[in-house]
Amino acid sequence: MKALLRSSVAVLTLGAMTSVAAADGQVVVYHWFEYIPQELVDKFTAETGIDVVMDTYDSNEAMLASLKAGGMGTYDVSVPGDYMVKIMASEGLLDTIAEGELANKGNISALWADPSFDPGRQHSIPYQWGSTSFAVNRDVYSGDISSTSILFNPPAELQGKINVLDSQGEVMAMAALHMGIPQCSTDREQLKALNDMLQSAKQGWASFNSDTAKEVLVSGDAAAGMIYDGFSAKAREEGANVEYAFPKEGYIAWMDNVVLLKDAPNRENALKFMDFLLVPENAAALTNWTRYGAGVEGVAPLLDEALRALPEANPTADAGKTVFIEACEQDVQAVYDTIWTNLKK
Amino acid sequence: MAGGTASSGGTAADTYKNARPWLLLPAWAFLGVFVLAPVFMMLVYSFLTKEFRGGVIWEFSTAAYDQFFFNRGLFGDEPPTIEWTYIAIFWRSIWQAATATLMALLIGFPTAYFIATRPEKLRPMWVFLITIPYWVNLLIRTVSMKFMLRDNGPINDFLVGTGLINEPITIINTNFAVQLGLFYSYLPFMVLPIYASVERYNFSLSEAAADLYASKWVTLRRILLPAVKPGVVAGCILVFVPSLGSFLAPDLLGGAKNFMIGSLIEEQFKGNAGNWPFGAAASMVLLTMVLILLLIFARQQARAQKGTG
Repeated sequence: MKALLRSSVAVLTLGAMTSVAAADGQVVVYHWFEYIPQELVDKFTAETGIDVVMDTYDSNEAMLASLKAGGMGTYDVSVPGDYMVKIMASEGLLDTIAEGELANKGNISALWADPSFDPGRQHSIPYQWGSTSFAVNRDVYSGDISSTSILFNPPAELQGKINVLDSQGEVMAMAALHMGIPQCSTDREQLKALNDMLQSAKQGWASFNSDTAKEVLVSGDAAAGMIYDGFSAKAREEGANVEYAFPKEGYIAWMDNVVLLKDAPNRENALKFMDFLLVPENAAALTNWTRYGAGVEGVAPLLDEALRALPEANPTADAGKTVFIEACEQDVQAVYDTIWTNLKK
Repeated sequence: MAGGTASSGGTAADTYKNARPWLLLPAWAFLGVFVLAPVFMMLVYSFLTKEFRGGVIWEFSTAAYDQFFFNRGLFGDEPPTIEWTYIAIFWRSIWQAATATLMALLIGFPTAYFIATRPEKLRPMWVFLITIPYWVNLLIRTVSMKFMLRDNGPINDFLVGTGLINEPITIINTNFAVQLGLFYSYLPFMVLPIYASVERYNFSLSEAAADLYASKWVTLRRILLPAVKPGVVAGCILVFVPSLGSFLAPDLLGGAKNFMIGSLIEEQFKGNAGNWPFGAAASMVLLTMVLILLLIFARQQARAQKGTG
C-alpha cells in the first residue's frame, strides 16, 4: 500500500513537473516496481540536493511501449534488461554517455565493462544481475550435476522429474549451450538437430513452469528444474535440499541496466544519479536489499555475510561461461517459434 | 440458454410476444460493446500482418490462417501440406473438455436428482451447499487441487497408507489431472440447470409409468430423461464451452507440457511468439467451432419441439 501510494504520488508529481518544464534539481527515473530501497533514494537526495521522481513499470516490453508512445523527453533514465538495452539502442531511444562524463565509470567490474548488449557501455551502467541455470534435489540424485545433460539427457533417477521454465528464450538458450551451437543459428542442420534434441529431452520432463519453478522443487513435484539463482536460494531456505548447478557448457546470465534516455530533461542530474549508483557503498546497499548481484568493483566486503557465502553467487571452479539471451532477427525467430510450438504441441 | 427458450414455448409466450421490445436495449448495448465489438476487432486483426515482437501492421494478410491450416516445414519453404499441429491441439482440447463434461454429467445428474427430490424447504440449502466451494477464487481452487493430487499429497498418502497401492500413482501433470480440474471447476454449471429441470418435472408421470409396469430403468430412460433433456443439454454446454478455452487447469495441473487451445492463444499475445494475428485467427476458429456446435443443438431443440408440439 505504501509503495502504491508512493508511486501514485510520483506520477502526480510527474504530471505537475512536465507542465512546469524541467525544473532544476530533479531526476526522473522510470523504474521497475519495487526495485530500489527508499533509503538509497533519500541518501541520493541528501547528498546532491536532487529530488528523485519515480514512475514504475512491470515488464521490459511495457516500458518500451510507453516510451515509444510519447514517453520520450519525460524521463531521464530507465532500467531495461540486457536484450532490451540492445533493442532500445537500435530504435534510437538511448543517449550516448561521452568519455569522462561519468566519474565512477571505472568502478564497473571488468566482467561487465564491455557487455555484448552495449559494447563499451556507451549508453548504460550495471544495475543488478543474476543467472539462470538449474537446481537438483540432492536427496534424489547425488551424482555429478555440472552438465546441462541433467536437463536434456537426464540420469535414470531424474527421468520424468524435471521442470523446465515455461519460457522460450530461456529454454532455447540453454539448449543451444547444451549442443554448443549459436543461439540464433541459421544453420539448417543445427536447427533440425535442436528440434530433435528437444523432442527427445521432453520425454524426461514433468512440467513447464516459470512462476512455480521454486515451489515444485520445495514440494517434491520435481527433483530437478531450470531456475533463477534467487529462486534456488529461496527453495533451499524453504527446506528443499537443492544445489544450484554451474554447468560446464555454460549458463544464462541476465542483467538490468540503468540507461540514459535520449532527450532527457535533466541530463546532468541523470549522470549524477548514475555516478551515485556506481559508488561501491551504494551498490552494496542495493544488492543487500535486492539479494541479486552488483556489477560494481569493491562491493564484496560490504555485503551481508549470508549473501557473500551464497552458493548461487559463487560459481564453482569448473563453471562454464555465462551467456545472455540473444534477440534473434525476425526470420530466424520464426523458426525458433516453430520449434517451440513443436515442443509443446 | 437452449433449455430455457425451448421449454418456455406456450400460451404465455404467445400472449406477450410483441410486448416491450425496448426491454432488450440494455442487453443489446452491453452485448454490442463488450461482445460484438471485441469479436469484430479480433476478426479484423486475424487478417492483418503481424509486427515483429507484438502488434500488427495495417496491411491485409491471410498469413495467420495459412499458418493454421498449412504446414510449410521448419523453415517455411517446403510445399504446403495439411498442418496437423493445431488440429491436434484443438482435438486434444475437445477431448479433454468432453471427458470433463461427461464426468460432470455422471456426478451432476444424480446430485441434481437428489436435490430436486428433497422436501421443498430443504432444497435451497442443498443448492447453497453446492455453491459454497465456488465462492473461492478459481485459481486458488485449482492450486489446492494440485496439492491434493501430487505424488506425496493426501490422496496418494491415503492410498499408500491403507495398503491399497504400494507406490504413489502419478496423477499430477497428466491429462487425467486436467480433466479432473476442469470437471471440478465447472460442476455446478451442470448441477444447477439439471436441478431446475428435474424440479419442474411432474413425478406423477413416473408413477404412471410404474403403474403401467415400466421398470425403473425404462422410466428413467423413456420418461424422465426426455423431460429434463433441455436442462441436461444446457448443463453440458455450460461445462463444455468454458472447458474448451481454459488454460488455468492445463497449466497448473497438466504441467503445461502440451498446448491447449487457451494456452496456444495466450502464447501468441503474451509469449515469445508475439503473433497477434495468429492468436486472433486461432480464436476465430475456436469461436466458429463453438457457434456451429450451439447451432446444431439449437436446431435439434427446435426440431424436438416441433415433433412434440
